[in-house]
Amino acid sequence: MKLAGTITAGDVTALDAGNLLPDEAGHFGVYGGRYVAETLMPAIIELDEAYRSICSKANFQAQLARLLKDYAGRPTPLFRAARLTESLGGATIYLKREDLAHTGAHKINNTLGQALLAKFMGKTKVIAETGAGQHGVATATAAALFGMECKVFMGREDIARQAPNVQRMKLLGAEVVQVDSGTGTLKDAMNEALRYWVGSVRDTFYIIGSVAGPHPYPEMVRDFQRVIGDEAREQIFEAEGSLPSMLIACVGGGSNAMGLFYPFLNLPVEMVGVEAAGHGIDTGKHAVTLGAGSVGVLHGSKSYVLQDEFGQIKEAHSVSAGLDYPGVGPEHAWLKDKGRVRYESIKDKQALRAFQMLCSMEGIIPALESSHAVAQAMIEAVRRPPTDIIIVNLSGRGDKDLGIVSEYL
Amino acid sequence: MSRIAEVFRNLRQNGKKALVGFVTAGDPSIPESIEIIKQMCRSGLDVLELGVPFSDPTADGPVIQRSSGRAIQAGVTMAGVLGMVEQIREFSAVPIVLFSYYNPILAYGAEEFYRDSVRAGADGVLVVDLPPEESDELTGQWGADLDFIRLVAPTTPVQRMAKIAARATGFIYMVSMTGVTGSGGLDVSAIERVAADLKESCNGLPICIGFGISTPEQVARLCPIADGVVIGSAFERIIESCPAGGEAAAKVGELVFSMKKAMAAYV
Ligand SMILES: Cc1ncc(COP(=O)(O)O)c(C=O)c1O
Repeated sequence: MKLAGTITAGDVTALDAGNLLPDEAGHFGVYGGRYVAETLMPAIIELDEAYRSICSKANFQAQLARLLKDYAGRPTPLFRAARLTESLGGATIYLKREDLAHTGAHKINNTLGQALLAKFMGKTKVIAETGAGQHGVATATAAALFGMECKVFMGREDIARQAPNVQRMKLLGAEVVQVDSGTGTLKDAMNEALRYWVGSVRDTFYIIGSVAGPHPYPEMVRDFQRVIGDEAREQIFEAEGSLPSMLIACVGGGSNAMGLFYPFLNLPVEMVGVEAAGHGIDTGKHAVTLGAGSVGVLHGSKSYVLQDEFGQIKEAHSVSAGLDYPGVGPEHAWLKDKGRVRYESIKDKQALRAFQMLCSMEGIIPALESSHAVAQAMIEAVRRPPTDIIIVNLSGRGDKDLGIVSEYL
Repeated sequence: MSRIAEVFRNLRQNGKKALVGFVTAGDPSIPESIEIIKQMCRSGLDVLELGVPFSDPTADGPVIQRSSGRAIQAGVTMAGVLGMVEQIREFSAVPIVLFSYYNPILAYGAEEFYRDSVRAGADGVLVVDLPPEESDELTGQWGADLDFIRLVAPTTPVQRMAKIAARATGFIYMVSMTGVTGSGGLDVSAIERVAADLKESCNGLPICIGFGISTPEQVARLCPIADGVVIGSAFERIIESCPAGGEAAAKVGELVFSMKKAMAAYV
């Protein structure tokens, strides 16, 4: 293995990470797969074929690249957080500014990709689930751009705590469907989106918002999000002439994390995924799926889930709606088991403190989701010398969270 | 021959069709659920589908979602469901199909589930979210004492129907519509088309049609098309509307009886 400092941006000297692609049926080791009702099976098989045949074509790639650049505002900057770094006195912290992408989060990378695929497939209706509302807004945005009909399923609780995003979706022409079942959060929104899709699958494209769901979604969403890591790799090389020592991202379903990590998986870079510990793992009110869950099947794939001994899914808890989910993408389960990525967790309170730090020290209001990654970066940075470089995925901006934050602070 | 195969053979020999009834196990409580099932059997039920409650039933409409919720509230677990199977066996030889999502089975353990459900007296299992592509991991180590009921949907292409049927035992569950359980808008001519394709592919395995069937009239119209019809939400609606003990059993029994009568009149 070469030392981090001697590797160039284009160098793909492999670590022994093994095969990075899922098998043909979408399994990452024992995880992933397609666990859905028969009514949906033909649609996800068709999607898989369309994804493989369409997305590799030059025409598709050119259109998507143009949209990401001219519409979404990519590449997003990689910003050295100098004051934060200095105040901690440890490793150098860089922020990958997904908060500056159009609609204010990384979610737009994926929805433009999937909506464009839907257009190539001739679909005119799209649906989505949303927690924080960022994926809902990003889907509504892409739907408006392509002139598609859009329905977004959102839990009652999340509609209350992420009101600005509900308004944005409506302005963008989407119908927001309130989901009252269960705890009225992301899990229930996804249940309801799946049910609606069972009834509308012939003409409706389901834009899943994370690296979760049945195959090919985990792989496809990761591929649409890898632009984060691809850019970061070039940018850090330009800025520092080396690879970073460490990558940190928050993990709800896991899409911003997979997007950042994926292009670095074969390189000697440490990676940390950060789950939401809510009130604390010992209180039972948390969303630490990888750290405290067990293997199960939820929303179409096998992965870690929060469940009781009888296989009933448990409620998750996090101050951040986007991390308040009792499942996680199957590729993360696999990377955890392989030991390739370390998964940690951050409590509500720690995330809120990091939120404040970033506001006051860097003039950046981060999403509460991303604040979990920032909080972990603060912990990691103080243990390391300034020559170490940490890239934090600042997955979104926090305007949507001002209501909740003012309740807590 | 399995109990399920035997029931369908006898019905076919007599030119009759099967009434397959679904109830969520333990809704609203295990003793009341047993009473309801007892009445269903007395009223002429041919096959029982016993639903294992799950917290996140993504293929079910609101009625069965709520019934699943009530059963979980009542503390029903997989062990509780298998205990019910044993109790039912004390008064009835009706074929019992356990109707479940995959996660509760996974949590119980694949081999333990097979062993214990056979021991309890169950005859088949249907796992809603376990397509043939993934089902080997569950059934790989199983013997032949549980039929594995597979689903075919209106969206299933013909070649896929044949693949599914080739791996099915007991009967094939033909989903009547593109939708979740309890949806409205039954389209008999569309059902006829799918059933015709399915008959070509299924090597004589019995076909039962389910989802969204709620009245004796619908049952009568569908029974010439298939070997049986499955009723679920219609029973659950009754159970939901009369929570106080006793009444639900009688009313569900009456609906079973009138459906059987409608079938007999038609055939
Ligand atoms: C800003 C932001 N970051 C992260 C997430 C979590 O999703 P994922 O783990 O898929 O990146 C969300 C989800 O809503 C989000 O809005």
